[in-house]
Amino acid sequence: MLETKLCGVRLRNPTVLASGILGVSGASLAKVARKGAGAVTSKSVSIEERKGHPCPILLTYEAGVMNAVGLSNPGVDKIIDELRFYKQNSNAPLIASIFASKTKDFGICAKKISEAKPDLIEVNISCPNVEAEFGKPFAADVRMAAAVTRAVKKNTKIPVFVKLSPNVPDIASIAKSVEKAGANGITAVNTVGPGMIINIEAGKPLLANKAGGMSGPAIKPIAVKAVYDIYSAVKIPIIGTGGVTTGRDAVEMFMAGATAVGIGSGVYYRGVDIFKKVCDEIAEFMRRHGYNKIKEMIGIAH
Amino acid sequence: MLIEQPQMLRIKKIVDEAKDLKSFVFNHDLKARPGQFIIAWIPRVDEKPFGVAFQNRNKFAITVSAVGSFTKKMHKLKVGDYIGIRGPYGNGFKIEGRHIVLVAGGYGAAPLAFLADEAAKRNIHVDFIVGARTKELLPYLERMKRAGITTHVCTDDGSFGVKGFTTDVLKKLLDEGNVDKVYTCGPEIMMKFVIQLCDEHYVPCEVSLERYMKCGFGICGQCAVDPTGWCVCKDGPVFTKKQVKQITEFASYKRDASGKKVKL
Repeated sequence: MLETKLCGVRLRNPTVLASGILGVSGASLAKVARKGAGAVTSKSVSIEERKGHPCPILLTYEAGVMNAVGLSNPGVDKIIDELRFYKQNSNAPLIASIFASKTKDFGICAKKISEAKPDLIEVNISCPNVEAEFGKPFAADVRMAAAVTRAVKKNTKIPVFVKLSPNVPDIASIAKSVEKAGANGITAVNTVGPGMIINIEAGKPLLANKAGGMSGPAIKPIAVKAVYDIYSAVKIPIIGTGGVTTGRDAVEMFMAGATAVGIGSGVYYRGVDIFKKVCDEIAEFMRRHGYNKIKEMIGIAH
Repeated sequence: MLIEQPQMLRIKKIVDEAKDLKSFVFNHDLKARPGQFIIAWIPRVDEKPFGVAFQNRNKFAITVSAVGSFTKKMHKLKVGDYIGIRGPYGNGFKIEGRHIVLVAGGYGAAPLAFLADEAAKRNIHVDFIVGARTKELLPYLERMKRAGITTHVCTDDGSFGVKGFTTDVLKKLLDEGNVDKVYTCGPEIMMKFVIQLCDEHYVPCEVSLERYMKCGFGICGQCAVDPTGWCVCKDGPVFTKKQVKQITEFASYKRDASGKKVKL
């Protein structure tokens, strides 16, 4: 009933661990899969090791989560062992997230990570938390987004999902350009903003990076609209990510056009069992409304 | 709605515990259990986790060793200065039995001192074994004495107490019998021996682990251990010895800020 497919990769259920949450090690990813995720996404890696920003890197506010981790990772060579550990210890499909600061490096990173044989590769061109270092994300520009997609596609045979930013005037045009450049799917969306929280006693921004990407319940309507717009513009599958916390949220994403849903901040609100809880809630909704397959709900809001 | 943000607290008192070791006392009802930790924030610097070292009605304290840039900055703070505190986080120790032994190595003494206080309040007999390289590095001796807790001191150089290892004292106490439970916090190589001794004597044991933490509430995954994926910040930092045996990286390696494995 809950089965879904992303580019021929079968997921036993449509919940996907979003990149950046519980994704530092293969063991952590395997735990999330054991707890019920249909697929997991590892934390974004670059060619070289990065320490990331000082703490605080992740906090919550009234309506969601805010983070500026700063893309910490041990470098792609080191992550291959983590991903191999995951593959040996889990059956749920693995999505490996990569990023780089230059188009060419995206290609190199894609080639290297392919050695770990992930089921899908996710290309993070939309992190809002390294602007001071890298400037505007590639996802903000139609041509740059396409160029990165081509560089990755040229270097791997594994299906490629491109993760888009909601912080653009016309996300559908970016989606179209990455589809044309060869993307096999789209993850939408990365965090919103960036935003800022100031501690008024300290008189200083809370996050060490000052600004951070917003996620969680607050951004769900933005994510749903982005998925809706992208679904109208492209034929490739979408992983709908942003504020999905309940089964009803997931159904909303399917109806907007998502084939699967990403869950990240939701782990904070409902624990690591959220994947199972959301699945149970989706199944209950489907039974009550006479849906037999996820597919029957995809895009029906159009 | 839950909100994970530091609260700015004024430093009420600073206690010189030992060489480069200070306790910072705050007037705040933290409601922590022994073994839990807080995360301290100095604006524009960084955030670091510290085990709760003391708690009494509306007061609590953390003990900070000046070992890195953050902790050195903390040592420059004065009474009346503010720092951000969030938490308490983690699971904490499960206090049980009538006679318990605490084995502290170095700065692992902090959470165990809080545990000793709480256990003594419940009329549990506490043997507190604390080891350090030299006498100048030993904290809490006066405090433990005042609380009526039997303290066994070990120094590597014999400058105070027994010359030798904490585990030698533990073995002696276990051999004497009547120990219901052992709690330990310190270098993992020491804790590995503690577990071994507890196994030999069929005594249960709880172990407090330390890993590089970022969020503190089980989301970022930075402190997840191999191969179970348990987050030390949320599923720990206290684990039973049975759980620790499943953690293959114990006493072997940990991950740094980037997620790279480094040898212990």
